[in-house]
Amino acid sequence: MIRIARQLHRNLRAEGETAYPDECCGIMLGTVDAEGTRSVTELHPMLNARESGERYHRFRIEADDILRAERLATGNGLEIIGFYHSHPDNPAVPSDYDREHALPWYAYVIVAVEQGRARRVRCWQLAEDRSRFLRERMHTLA
Amino acid sequence: MPVTLLIPSALRSFTDRQATVRVEANTVGEALAALTDTYPDIRRHLYDDGNALRPFVNLYLGETNIKNTGGTATPLKDGDEVALVPSIAGGRGICGPAPDSRRVMPAPPAAEGTGG
Repeated sequence: MIRIARQLHRNLRAEGETAYPDECCGIMLGTVDAEGTRSVTELHPMLNARESGERYHRFRIEADDILRAERLATGNGLEIIGFYHSHPDNPAVPSDYDREHALPWYAYVIVAVEQGRARRVRCWQLAEDRSRFLRERMHTLA
Repeated sequence: MPVTLLIPSALRSFTDRQATVRVEANTVGEALAALTDTYPDIRRHLYDDGNALRPFVNLYLGETNIKNTGGTATPLKDGDEVALVPSIAGGRGICGPAPDSRRVMPAPPAAEGTGG
């Protein structure tokens, strides 16, 4: 399960709407407790590094940005909890392309944006055998 | 010689939640081999079925991404740190037209419209 503050959840949705019809993307930093529950405490919006003509259905966050985020997190006692992106005019369900480029443990949050309006927000985690994504419960905190 | 591998949070479940792993190695390839020998379950996430490093796995020696320069043949010296850093990619796939193509699509013929 991951926990996220309601305001950050709103921010996620707003980013998806702002980026529409392109995909937004970003990095989630946070903490992990002794039971393994992850809490998102910071969202770091990232530039979608894909070519402009591809951003409507693809996103990429460059390794340089991940390295910077990893160092920022470590310096603040946090970890990279996962990543978020939007699916314009498509459901908040991971694609095969998402799966091929994923790692286990990370939380992958997808915001479905229909005609510019954010709809469902879902969280997923890659199975350790890489065969599929598993739905992960997302608890929104007041 | 002793070198240190920096493990991304996603893969720490395979290294007993350790963010760093010290190994003996003379090259980056040897360091990765030592890592996967010690923690074999990490291997499938670093390498594909053809034994090639997965495209999204990057290797940093200091500030330099060496994946496409020296790669795994890069020599290491005592005390070097090699960071394993994923690049993250994804997206909804290839279903559906691009927004631009939707914009230039002609309006549907009246017979296929909503009528009324």
